[in-house]
Amino acid sequence: MAEKMELNEIEVWDGNHAAAQALRQAQVDVVAAYPITPSTPIVEGYGAFMANGYIDGEFVMVESEHAAMSGCVGASAAGGRVATATSSQGFMLMIEVLYQASGMRLPIVLNVVNRAVASPLNVRGDHGDMYAGRDSGWIQLDAFNAQEVYDLNLCAFKIGEDINVRLPVMVHQDGFTTSHTAQNIRPLSDDEAYAFVGDFKPVDEMLDFSKAVTYGAQTEEDWHYEHKAKQHRALMDSYTVIDRVFEEFEKKTGREYKRLETYMMDDAEVAIVALGATVETCILAAKQLREEEGIKAGVVAPRCIRPFPFNEMRDVLANVKAVATLDHSAPMGAMGMLYNEVAGAMVSTQDRPLITNFIYGLGGRDFSINEAKRIFREQKGHADVGYITTEIQQFSGLRGPKLGFYEMKRS
Amino acid sequence: MKGVLATDKRGVRELGAEEMVGWDEVTQGVVLPSFDQPIGNAALLRPEERAYSDFNSYTATVASWRVIKPVYNRDICIDCQNCWVWCPDTSIISRDKQMLGIDYDHCKGCGVCVEVCPTNPKSLLMFAEAEAPEDALAKWPEKKKKEKKD
Repeated sequence: MAEKMELNEIEVWDGNHAAAQALRQAQVDVVAAYPITPSTPIVEGYGAFMANGYIDGEFVMVESEHAAMSGCVGASAAGGRVATATSSQGFMLMIEVLYQASGMRLPIVLNVVNRAVASPLNVRGDHGDMYAGRDSGWIQLDAFNAQEVYDLNLCAFKIGEDINVRLPVMVHQDGFTTSHTAQNIRPLSDDEAYAFVGDFKPVDEMLDFSKAVTYGAQTEEDWHYEHKAKQHRALMDSYTVIDRVFEEFEKKTGREYKRLETYMMDDAEVAIVALGATVETCILAAKQLREEEGIKAGVVAPRCIRPFPFNEMRDVLANVKAVATLDHSAPMGAMGMLYNEVAGAMVSTQDRPLITNFIYGLGGRDFSINEAKRIFREQKGHADVGYITTEIQQFSGLRGPKLGFYEMKRS
Repeated sequence: MKGVLATDKRGVRELGAEEMVGWDEVTQGVVLPSFDQPIGNAALLRPEERAYSDFNSYTATVASWRVIKPVYNRDICIDCQNCWVWCPDTSIISRDKQMLGIDYDHCKGCGVCVEVCPTNPKSLLMFAEAEAPEDALAKWPEKKKKEKKD
């Protein structure tokens, strides 16, 4: 029987330790992991908790991240609660198996501590790895600070393991900015946290020999399409369970989560759509602009990247005149992901806002409040004249000649 | 030709001849149950005694994939079980370490069993799919004499 840990009402944890504590409280059965910066302390922490008697589980050391996720798939199919963590290159090596996990409907929880993807090699935070996972069939939740890492991990088990969902869940946090920044955290007690997550309820578990099942079957053109369509439907429908779990979590803790977070959007004329720790930077910028310059600025942040909050995005941006979408990842030959998702949602509305795209912060380049304010002001400029006065895609905080692409077509 | 230990469930449909249900009816996670009902003693039951579901390959046949087939000669076999060990499709049927013959519903004619057979002449040989077993047995080769080395 695992020992309980006495926690203070307020603990000082960084994002990694918050994730490790949540895995401990959820009493994860199996962690198969291959540590990588900056996510290393998550699995290190789980291993330490286990070695010290705080977890009745198994830590499986493997030879690569591909093997780590493969171990998770096996343990989850066998019928256990399973989690792991990774970043960047490790995430890229896991990708093949990420699709296996979601296709087999295995509710694994993966902490992704977002980090730039080589080449050139870089250990700092951007969303290159997060974006590479967006077609993998996982639910993707994004934490903007360490408290949210803790909270969303507890929610992730409850969402993914729900009998009506049965999908793997990623919890994203920004490398170093969130993962290594200690903050005040209000944890639940071990008993409260476990009661919230609940006992693991296995489905089609391979260790039930009375109901022998095959996992990982081959399907060709006569079956594959139907199976992928069913999987997509499950991911699209999972929002109802995500909403319910967030509601239950708010009842228990008072901390409110929504699939699309909105800040100062009630009367906003201009908005930034962003992800990760940048959201808090943008909120500060919007507050200052409202006080100093009277610009009605607001911030929109997908808490849930997949399933994408398409309807909520249309609703919140319905009366906004100009929107800047901030992508923390190299777009490589197209507009950034957030631009495409937001534009894709807004194109089916009557009064479409002017939408621009900023690439920023690649490889951990700092993104300041002043830069966020400059971007807001630029949107205000577009709103005032009624068209996009700049290039549609721009690079923020980049040295060298100004880099941008495409202009608005005004016929 | 069904081969040994055929039942009224084994190889009763061509692989791919399943009913084509829509996306809303396929199984979750492509998880395929081997049995329609819970089974308490699968490990103690022989395949021909198990109530396999239509998702199990036991009920399907791939015989049509085969152009040549192995024919088994009981008179020469020493029950070494090599073919049973090596067959990639569990199509060599053996009971109590005695070789019984071939499951022609699932054998794909790869010839591995012939390759690993240690007897002289071999107890398994490949013949054209259309060759009748009795004709094949009638033309079985004689024992080969070892060539003397100089």
